[in-house]
Amino acid sequence: MRLLKAFALATTLLVAGPALAADEGHGTELPSGNFSFDGVFGTFDRASAQRGFQVYKEVCSNCHSMRLMSYRNLLDIGLSEAQVRDIAATVQIPDGPNDEGAMFERAGRVSDHFRRPFANDQAARSANGGALPPDLSVITKAREGGADYVHALLTGYSDPPAGVTIMEGLHYNRWFPGHQIAMAPPLSDGQVQYTDGTATSVDQMAHDVATFLTWAAEPELEVRRAMGVKILIFLAILAGLAYATKRKVWANAH
Amino acid sequence: MASGLHDSQFTNPVIRWIDQRMPVFTMVQKEYGTFPTPRNFNYLWNFGALAMVNLVIMIVTGVVLAMNYTPHVTMAFDSVERIMRDVHFGWLLRYAHANGASMFFMVVYVHIWRGMYYGSFKAPRELLWMLGVVIFLLMMATAFMGYVLPWGQMSFWGATVITNLFSAIPLVGNTIVTFLWGGFSVDNPTLNRFFSLHYLLPFMIVGVVFLHIAALHITGSNNPLGIEPNGPQDTLPFHPYYTIKDSVGIVVYLMVFAVLVFFIPNYLGHADNYIPANPMATPTHIVPEWYFLPYYAILRAVPNKLGGVALMGGSILVLFVLPWLDTSKVRSMRFRPITRVLFFLWTINFFVLLSMGGKPAEQPYVLISQICTVIYFAYFLVVLPLMGRLERPLPLPESIAIAVLGKRATLGAGPIPGGATAKPMEKA
Ligand code: HEC
Ligand code: HEM
Repeated sequence: MRLLKAFALATTLLVAGPALAADEGHGTELPSGNFSFDGVFGTFDRASAQRGFQVYKEVCSNCHSMRLMSYRNLLDIGLSEAQVRDIAATVQIPDGPNDEGAMFERAGRVSDHFRRPFANDQAARSANGGALPPDLSVITKAREGGADYVHALLTGYSDPPAGVTIMEGLHYNRWFPGHQIAMAPPLSDGQVQYTDGTATSVDQMAHDVATFLTWAAEPELEVRRAMGVKILIFLAILAGLAYATKRKVWANAH
Repeated sequence: MASGLHDSQFTNPVIRWIDQRMPVFTMVQKEYGTFPTPRNFNYLWNFGALAMVNLVIMIVTGVVLAMNYTPHVTMAFDSVERIMRDVHFGWLLRYAHANGASMFFMVVYVHIWRGMYYGSFKAPRELLWMLGVVIFLLMMATAFMGYVLPWGQMSFWGATVITNLFSAIPLVGNTIVTFLWGGFSVDNPTLNRFFSLHYLLPFMIVGVVFLHIAALHITGSNNPLGIEPNGPQDTLPFHPYYTIKDSVGIVVYLMVFAVLVFFIPNYLGHADNYIPANPMATPTHIVPEWYFLPYYAILRAVPNKLGGVALMGGSILVLFVLPWLDTSKVRSMRFRPITRVLFFLWTINFFVLLSMGGKPAEQPYVLISQICTVIYFAYFLVVLPLMGRLERPLPLPESIAIAVLGKRATLGAGPIPGGATAKPMEKA
C-alpha cells in the first residue's frame, strides 16, 4: 500500500511538474496526421517512408539540406543496396584534393552524406528571398507537434482571411507561427509520380514526407520502443520479486 | 596476530588479510550491514539511496558520452546527433543522461521535501542538512552547464540569460560575466570551460555525498516520528531490512526512468534545443529546464534585476539556515497540526511557482509569481519562527517500538536487532 503511495507520488511529480510547466498552448490544436508511428507501440510504415523520401528528393531537397543523413541510412527504410547505390550515384559530390592538388567532382557513394542544395547559408538565403530554409535532419524533433506540425504546415496554405495583408514574398499559412511564411507552397496535386500507384494528393505527399522526416529525426524509434517493452516487463517481474522478498524479510518486524 | 593489525572478524583468508591491513570490509559491515536503523522508515526514506544510484548513472553515461562528444561551437550539436545515430546504443546513453538529470532532480526534490516534512534538518543533523544543500547547489550548476553542451538554441540562450544575471552585481558584475564567458559573449571558450566544469563538478558531488553520509552515520537517521531511537528495540540492522526495502524502491524508480527514456525521451526537453545555436536569432520564449522553473519565476517576479537575483539566490540559501529558523523542538510534522497544513500549502505554492516559471513574463503570471514568492519566503521567515512558539504539538509516542509494534514491543516480539543478521528469512 505504501509502495503504491510512493509510486503515485513519483508519477504525480513526474507528470504534474512538467505539465504545469508546459506552454500555454497555441490557441488551436494541431490536427493529428494519423501516423503509423503514433502511440507507444507504433512503427514506421516503410512504404510511406520510401514515398516520403521520393518527395524529399524531388521537391524539398531543392531548398532544404539534411546534413546528418547519409545515403546508407536509406537501407533502414527498406531500400535495397542496389537502389541506394543508384540514388547516391545520381548526385555529384565535391571531393579532393587529388594527387595534383586539385578539387574535383565525382558520383556519390552510399557512404556520402546527402548532397546539400546550397554551398552555404548565404547562398541559401539569397536564393530564397532572404529566408533560410532550415536543415530538415531533425525537424520533427525541433518543432512542437513534430510530424503533425510538418503535415499541417505543408497542407496549411490558403488565401489569407479577409483583412489580413501578407507581406511581399511571404505566403499565408494557417499553422506557421505568425501565419506568414517565406516558403512558397512546395506541393501541388500530382507533383511527383509514385511508383506504387498511390495517389499523389498534397495531403498524401505531406503525410509521406512527414513520415520520412520523423524516421530521419528518430531512426532509433522502433528499436527504442521494442527495447523499452522488454525492459519494463523485466523490471515489473523484478519489482514483484523484490516486493515479495521484502514482505518476507519484514514479516516479523512490524 | 601480528601487532599493528586490525582485529578482523572475517574468516575468509583473503578478505581477512586485506581487512587486517585496511579494514574496509569491517567498515562496510558496520555502516551498511549492522548499522542500527530506525525500524519505522516509510518509502520516502528510499530517496537517498535513489539519489546515489542516479549519481552513478549520470557519471557512467556521462563519461561514455564524453568519449564521443566534441566541445566546439561548430561541431557540438552535430556530435550529439552523431552519438544518437552512429554510436552503438548512443541514443540510449544520451537519452539516459538527459532524462537522468530530470530524474535526479525529481528524486532530490522528494528527498529534500522528506527532510523538511519530518524535520530531519534539526539538531543534531544541521550539518548533514547543510551538506545536502551544497550537493543541491552543485547539482544545479552541473545540470545548467550540461544543458549548454548540446549547443542548441536553448543551450545558447539559457547560458546567455543565466550568466548575464551576474552582471547585476554592483561594480564587479560585468567583469565577472566576461570572466565566466572567457570573452565578450557566450562562445567557444564558454563551451569549453563549461564542458570542463561539467566533467569536474559531478566528482565534487561524489566528495560532498561522502561527507553527507559520514555525517549521517554519526547522528544516525531521522524517522517519520521524529523521535530518537533509544535502544535496540527501536532499530533494525540496515541489512537485510533496508537493503531489500531500498531495492524495491530502486526497481520502481528504474521503471519510471525507463518510461521516460524509451517512450517519451524528449517530453521533458524543449523542441528549440534541436535547433542549432544561433546567436543572431533569439527564441520567442527562453525557458530553462523544468527543474529550474520555480527559481526562474522568483527571479522574474522582482522588477529590479539585482533584487531578482538576490531573491533567487536567497530562495535556496534560506535552506542553509532552516535549522535555526524552525524553532519547534518537535521534528515530525505528524505532531504539528497547524504547521503541517501550512507546509502542504507551501508545497502547492512551490508547484505554482514552477508552473509560473514556464509562462511568458506578462500579467497575470507576474502578479501570481509575486504572491507566490512572498508565500515562499513567509513560510521560512515568519511561519516557522513563530509556530515553534505558538503551536501546541500533539503528544509524542513513548518510543518507536511502541508506536510500531504496539503491545508486542513490551512482550519482546520481533527480531532482536542486537543479533543483527539473525537470519530473518527463517522466521517468516
Ligand atoms: C523553394 C524552396 C523550398 C522548397 C522546395 C521547400 N521549402 Fe521548406 N522552406 C523554405 C524556406 C525559405 C523556409 C523558411 C520559411 C520562413 O522562415 O519563413 C522553409 C521552411 C520550412 C519548414 C520550417 C517551418 C518552421 O516552422 O520554421 C519546414 C518544416 C519545411 N520548410 C518543410 C519543407 C518540406 C517538407 C518541403 C518539401 C515538401 C519543403 N519545405 C520544400 C523553402 C523551401
Ligand atoms: C551530477 C551529475 C550530472 C548531471 C546532473 C548532468 C546533466 C547534464 C545535462 C542536463 C545535459 C544536457 C542533456 C541534453 O539535453 O542533451 C548533459 C550533457 C552532457 N553531459 Fe552531463 N550531467 C552529469 C554528469 C556528467 C558527467 C560525470 C559527465 C562525464 C564526464 C557528463 C558528460 C556530459 C556530456 C558529454 C554531455 C553532452 C552530451 C549531451 O548533451 O547529451 N555529465 N549533462
